Amino acid sequence: MRAPKPTDHFDVVVVGAGPAGSAAAIVAARAGLNVLLIERGEYPGAKNVSGAAFYGSAMLNKLIPGWWEQAPVERYICRRDVILISPTTAVSLDFRSASPDYAAPPYNAFTILRPKFDRWFAAQAEAAGAFLLTSTVVDGVIKERGKVVGVKVRRDDGEIRADLVIACDGANSFLAQQAGLQRRLETHELSLGVKEVLGLEEAAIRERFNLSGNEGMVLEYVGAITDKARGGAFLYTNRNSLSLGVIAQVSSLVETGKRPYELLELFKAHPAVAPLLRGAKLREYSAHLIPESGWEMMPKLVASGMLVAGDAAGFCLATGLYIEGINYAMQSGMAAGEAAIEAHRVRDFTRHTLERYTELLWPYNVFTDFRAYRHAPHFVNGERLQNLYPEMAAASFERLFRVDGNAKQKILPLYLKAMRQSGAKPRHLIADLLQAARSYLW
Amino acid sequence: MVMTTHEEKMRTVRFKVAEEPHIVLDPEKCRTCAAKACVCVCPANLFVPLDDGSVLFNYEQCFECGTCFLVCSKEGALRWTYPPGGFGVTFRES
Ligand SMILES: Cc1cc2nc3c(=O)[nH]c(=O)nc-3n(C[C@H](O)[C@H](O)[C@H](O)COP(=O)(O)OP(=O)(O)OC[C@H]3O[C@@H](n4cnc5c(N)ncnc54)[C@H](O)[C@@H]3O)c2cc1C
Ligand code: SF4
Ligand code: SF4
Repeated sequence: MRAPKPTDHFDVVVVGAGPAGSAAAIVAARAGLNVLLIERGEYPGAKNVSGAAFYGSAMLNKLIPGWWEQAPVERYICRRDVILISPTTAVSLDFRSASPDYAAPPYNAFTILRPKFDRWFAAQAEAAGAFLLTSTVVDGVIKERGKVVGVKVRRDDGEIRADLVIACDGANSFLAQQAGLQRRLETHELSLGVKEVLGLEEAAIRERFNLSGNEGMVLEYVGAITDKARGGAFLYTNRNSLSLGVIAQVSSLVETGKRPYELLELFKAHPAVAPLLRGAKLREYSAHLIPESGWEMMPKLVASGMLVAGDAAGFCLATGLYIEGINYAMQSGMAAGEAAIEAHRVRDFTRHTLERYTELLWPYNVFTDFRAYRHAPHFVNGERLQNLYPEMAAASFERLFRVDGNAKQKILPLYLKAMRQSGAKPRHLIADLLQAARSYLW
Repeated sequence: MVMTTHEEKMRTVRFKVAEEPHIVLDPEKCRTCAAKACVCVCPANLFVPLDDGSVLFNYEQCFECGTCFLVCSKEGALRWTYPPGGFGVTFRES
């Protein structure tokens, strides 16, 4: 394959070789479109950070049948824990499934490492016929008569022209902002994730997390871990390493003055976490932003000659218990790729025709899910959910299980006391329950 | 070892340092900035407030996460862009 020259004209230029960009490129290139995929990293994944639990196995199986047999996956996920913590106590809900939905092809979810996975996924775009141009920064879109006609790249020659530009440039979405599709984002709309990968022997991982073979586990923590900052923490098992991290709403980091890496140490030192990490050795530290406000921070997704997909479009679902972004990035990327094919067929890349993309986001389950969970971000970052309820759960079990020679105490008075101390009223509890139900049940 | 200092964390990250800084502060604006929100949020701890009110900054170990740009509320105080292609942070494991 010869290297693309900037004088070339492409049907589609995709900016960013993350899951959104590579998915878009695969779909468009397979249909025979002339696709250029531009990535600023030395290789795809070099700039990218996720937990990472990839929940889109069945969906990706439709695009690349049996993908997990060729992709660099770590473990398939059959155990999921949700853990409420106070500074000294942990209350967990343990889910384990040996049902074929989880433990047999195409599996439900896998742990992955992005620098490895993204490289593989971008290679699938190349195999489909797309050009991959790495180590190249896109500095903005080129507009002519109100229409996007290409991108400015930071190379000597400067300009690459295309009928369609698909912006898959991630959480900061500078391209969407520069094109006037996204406003400047607010600090409460994004969270900062700091992460570590710790090396640990396979045998120790199996034993500690009660796993056999290639089974994997993800643990999600809510409560005191982030101190007063709003957020949570995670711990995922890889083949021979652990991925762990703390995620905190940026506005609350500013309000509390908490340093992200100090929260990380606080998490690792927690009595419920530390024993799981014993003997593990730091391999890499990383950090990345996460768009967490879903529906509310969605930019305009379509302009003449341009579409926005993945994190750049805010398609990252933060339900409070876990983050799903990789799968929605792929789904929206695929929808954008399909819209590109239809526009190419009629040789019309005006906004009107490209609006087809927003229609396709329904059958690709992007809009459906984001609308269903549109109340979750508010609920999750509520003060009481973050601090009071985990504390109450921990304290009540603490009390219930304690046998100290004093008369037994029932739990309700303990709840009432904890609520009094925090200034929360019973009506708040009811309101929160209702909001929880509205966020997750219907 | 499990517990690590910030310096130890940063030593595990690979950076290919570009010649030109991709983030530039306006010293005057920073000096008069009361909030200095960049200081505590930066996961790489690259902003160091000095006694005279100014802020010391080195771009070399930046994750390019954009958090400083997001929190800086002073118009034009922080010029932010990506390093040239292939330069900057290069994750291998995350
Ligand atoms: C700590 C953390 C934990 C997470 N955990 C999970 C998880 O467990 N499961 C999950 O599903 N999601 C998780 N997410 C969310 C997930 O990472 C994102 O939703 C997903 O990466 C979005 O994919 P994307 O392709 O839209 O963007 P990205 O993956 O960010 O890809 C964007 C790409 O564009 C490139 N790029 C950007 N700007 C330019 C430019 N100007 N020129 C050229 N190239 C450019 C970047 O280098 C990058 O390769 C997590 C996120 C974080 C930060
Ligand atoms: S970079 Fe922005 S937030 Fe930081 S000191 Fe300067 S003006 Fe203040
Ligand atoms: S982009 Fe992120 S790592 Fe770089 S200086 Fe700003 S806050 Fe720090």
